[in-house]
Amino acid sequence: MDNEILTVRNLNVSLNGEEILKDLSFSVKRGEVLVILGPNGAGKTTLFKSVLGLLPYAGEVEWKTKRISYIPPQELLHRKDLPPLILEDFFKFKKVDYGQITQTLNLVGLEPSILKKGIGALSTGEFQRMLIAWGLVDYPEVLLLDEPAYGIDLGGQETIYSLLHAFWKEHNLTILLITHDLNIVWEQANSVLCLNKSYYCYGKPQEVITPQQLERLYGTGIEFYKHSHVGN
Amino acid sequence: MQLFLALIIGIFICGVAGYLGSLMITKRMSLVGDALGHLALPGIALALIYGFDISIGALIFLSLGIILIWLFERRTKLPMETLTAVVMSSSLAIAFLFLPEEEAIKALIGDISRITILDTLITICLSMIIFLATKRIYTSSIFASISEDMAKVSGLNINRLNIIYLVCIGLVVAIGVKVVGGLLIAALVAIPASTSKNIGKNLSQYSYGGLVFGSASAILGILGYQITGIPAGPLIIMSSTVFFLISLFIVK
Repeated sequence: MDNEILTVRNLNVSLNGEEILKDLSFSVKRGEVLVILGPNGAGKTTLFKSVLGLLPYAGEVEWKTKRISYIPPQELLHRKDLPPLILEDFFKFKKVDYGQITQTLNLVGLEPSILKKGIGALSTGEFQRMLIAWGLVDYPEVLLLDEPAYGIDLGGQETIYSLLHAFWKEHNLTILLITHDLNIVWEQANSVLCLNKSYYCYGKPQEVITPQQLERLYGTGIEFYKHSHVGN
Repeated sequence: MQLFLALIIGIFICGVAGYLGSLMITKRMSLVGDALGHLALPGIALALIYGFDISIGALIFLSLGIILIWLFERRTKLPMETLTAVVMSSSLAIAFLFLPEEEAIKALIGDISRITILDTLITICLSMIIFLATKRIYTSSIFASISEDMAKVSGLNINRLNIIYLVCIGLVVAIGVKVVGGLLIAALVAIPASTSKNIGKNLSQYSYGGLVFGSASAILGILGYQITGIPAGPLIIMSSTVFFLISLFIVK
């Protein structure tokens, strides 16, 4: 039981008087991959921000490491009005040497020459791969990813998940991954946390990802269909 | 000798203001300079009437103004920005109440005709302190302005960064009023940095560009003052604007 890198007990989060998360408990072991599933607005990003201490919460959150890397949903970062930044500047926010940077870039399939490119000149896929390299460059023990494949075509998504997988295998990384896309429930997930506001389920993928659970999580088309008829 | 001293303090003050300005426009805070400049005006007025250092007068009233805003904020739900407007305009009005007319212009647009060696030394020291402090927090502050969440998770102490940053702004305003007065401070921080943003290709070109364009404007403005007798403050800002206009036509 001492191998847990993150333990969350009875987490409650309210934003502007609205209860977002209620009595959430789960834990993540070192080297595990936890996938967090749920529809839009389910509180997935809120969960990340609370366990990272970025939002006020009630309950217990206990980390056994300080080497945590967080990659927020990319719409927060991309194409915002930035000062003139080239990739090299962006990597200066982390205190690592040049060799480490080029090595990590290689890992995500980017040439070192890209370091001289402006942040704004990157394609969505390049930007996201760069962000992942940025998250991994100082060898964190835990990586929290919020929809890393957002806005990327299917081929690009596969690349991102396979390179994450490779790094995970090699470095005994612990990964917490948010997605609302059921197609990308990762084969390698050790556990799954499905979340929809105050409802949640947590367990091994084969236990959690059942038609009944998904119906509770996402609602069903049939019900919606009925409602629209009543409306007419 | 006066010209030499004026050039030195001009280069130091405008340079460091341009450098800090590049951080301020990234955080969309360039007009804060104006608000603080106006806040400082009664202090400048008193300094001119009683003949003590303008920066000291400015600093006293800056601190008073900030404390007032803070006290008001505790008593009402009005946003900080509104309270700043209240305090800053009142400050401006008070300054006009007791400022003799011939001193008014000096307070508003600056005066570099009577600079002492002591003034110059103090200004150099303060500018260097502001420059080094800003340099120390520069990269982290840019990072925090891109994503505060990521910065916090990386272990940056955002509160500490902000305090250093705000103190630097206060000090830049206090020394900046010497050269361009209480009305034109925003120009001192915003224009060189904007020019630099137009042509800078990476972060160091951008930040040091603010410094270079700030200093260059100071040189041109002060030389212009020497030749024409027009006050240096407006001339410095106009030189700065010329650089900005040229930068619009340089394709990055």
